[in-house]
Amino acid sequence: MIEIEEVSKEFAKGERRVLALAEISLSVAECQFVAILGPSGCGKSTLLNMVAGFDRPTRGVVRVAGEEIVAPAPSRAVVFQEPALFPWLSVMENVVFGPKTQRQPAADYRRRAAQIIEQVGLRGFETSYPAELSGGMRQRVGIARVLIMQPQVLLMDEPFGSLDAQTRMLMQELLLQVWERHHQTVLFITHDIEEALLLADCVCVMTARPGRIKKRIDVGIPRPRAIEVTTSPEFNALRREVLALIREESEQAAMEPAGV
Amino acid sequence: MKLRLPAPWFAVLPVLLLALWYFAVDRRWVAEGIIPPPEQVLRSWYTWIFGSSRAMLSPYSGTWLDNVAYSTRRVLQGFGLAAIVAIPLGLMIGWNRLAARLVDPTVQMLRPVPITAWLPFAIAVFGIYDASALFLIGLGAFYPIVVNTTHGVRDTNLLLLRAARMLGAGTITILAKVVFPSALPSIFTGLRLGIGVAWTAAYYVGRMDICVATMFSVGLLGFLSDRIIVWAGHLVLHWRTLEAHA
Repeated sequence: MIEIEEVSKEFAKGERRVLALAEISLSVAECQFVAILGPSGCGKSTLLNMVAGFDRPTRGVVRVAGEEIVAPAPSRAVVFQEPALFPWLSVMENVVFGPKTQRQPAADYRRRAAQIIEQVGLRGFETSYPAELSGGMRQRVGIARVLIMQPQVLLMDEPFGSLDAQTRMLMQELLLQVWERHHQTVLFITHDIEEALLLADCVCVMTARPGRIKKRIDVGIPRPRAIEVTTSPEFNALRREVLALIREESEQAAMEPAGV
Repeated sequence: MKLRLPAPWFAVLPVLLLALWYFAVDRRWVAEGIIPPPEQVLRSWYTWIFGSSRAMLSPYSGTWLDNVAYSTRRVLQGFGLAAIVAIPLGLMIGWNRLAARLVDPTVQMLRPVPITAWLPFAIAVFGIYDASALFLIGLGAFYPIVVNTTHGVRDTNLLLLRAARMLGAGTITILAKVVFPSALPSIFTGLRLGIGVAWTAAYYVGRMDICVATMFSVGLLGFLSDRIIVWAGHLVLHWRTLEAHA
């Protein structure tokens, strides 16, 4: 479904050119949940931005469903780290922003919106404004407004990164439930090892700058999964494997000068 | 239940100023006969509001309400006209780089020209009555609205623009549904400043004392000082530029 072929990305930094991503190749099959795990600054968000169409690769090609990506589209929905809700719209208005913009029939999207709001646990908050919600609830709106678009692929850029530990856990469970229901193709960016292993079918560990894919690890834990799975021996073995890979990379990243 | 009234802090400064005025005249701290005492002003004002408009020949007897209504109408018309032109123009300047390059320097160059300086031109072009006043009031209100709208548009969160594009919004929808509401707080600031200037302009309509040379000098100096502030802003706010590209 998603094909990333030898993609490199350079940024101009005054006179210098900085290589953020180096020849990344990655494919995500339909209905597969793939997590990209890497230290901060390794370019994992840059990679997602290119799949979303916010950014173009310097070299290489990104395709979704066989088509090269040139611009953002509702078929590739993004959940950002900051919920990026429209603060002047209510929860319901935020959720229906997409279908309304697409001029879908109101009766149809109203009904779906009610269902999805129920699924993400926001019933009773339809008329609230983002400023009145907690961080976790805002992110639920962020997820609901892209689920209603029924996208081909769901791109999630550290969506729970700014939430506290408990809320994050609840949101991970919520996402597991939602995914069981919708079975979407997901590309999920995170720096949290447990999160990656808990949610994904496959975890790609990235190297420090320039970002490369160091190793692709299949997570063989059966679904449906719940948070308890993180205490199993199977899960711990995977965690140790990933931890060793990440540690190497973090140490290398720490040696690099900052602010690049 | 006790009715709680807001603390009268707002009245402190005006009362002090009134007292200062009163004593300055009463104790002869200022030259005699130039500044009238507060009570004389109050009497004249009373006459202006409640005096008979037929008995006396003075234009300042009983004409206050008419004057207020007339001025208010002109101010609102001029202000409305300014808002109708300035908000869309500000949206264009803030959104489109070409529009900014084409229009913004001219706006910044004309902005420091005092409204009174336009008076002879207004009279020459629009005649001596309403159209002239409308033009001057509108022009005064126009600048703060256009400048603040532009600023509000440029301040729109990039993430919200990306979210809208990802949800399938085209340029028109983004401008109407994202950029405009996001710029609205700034637009309101512009409107507040604009209405203030509109009143000032309404007061000045009728004076004719500034010459062409002054206009050009002020315009040029104002334009240069604006450039210097922009340049200094880029130096000081370097970190913001970095953040924006992170």
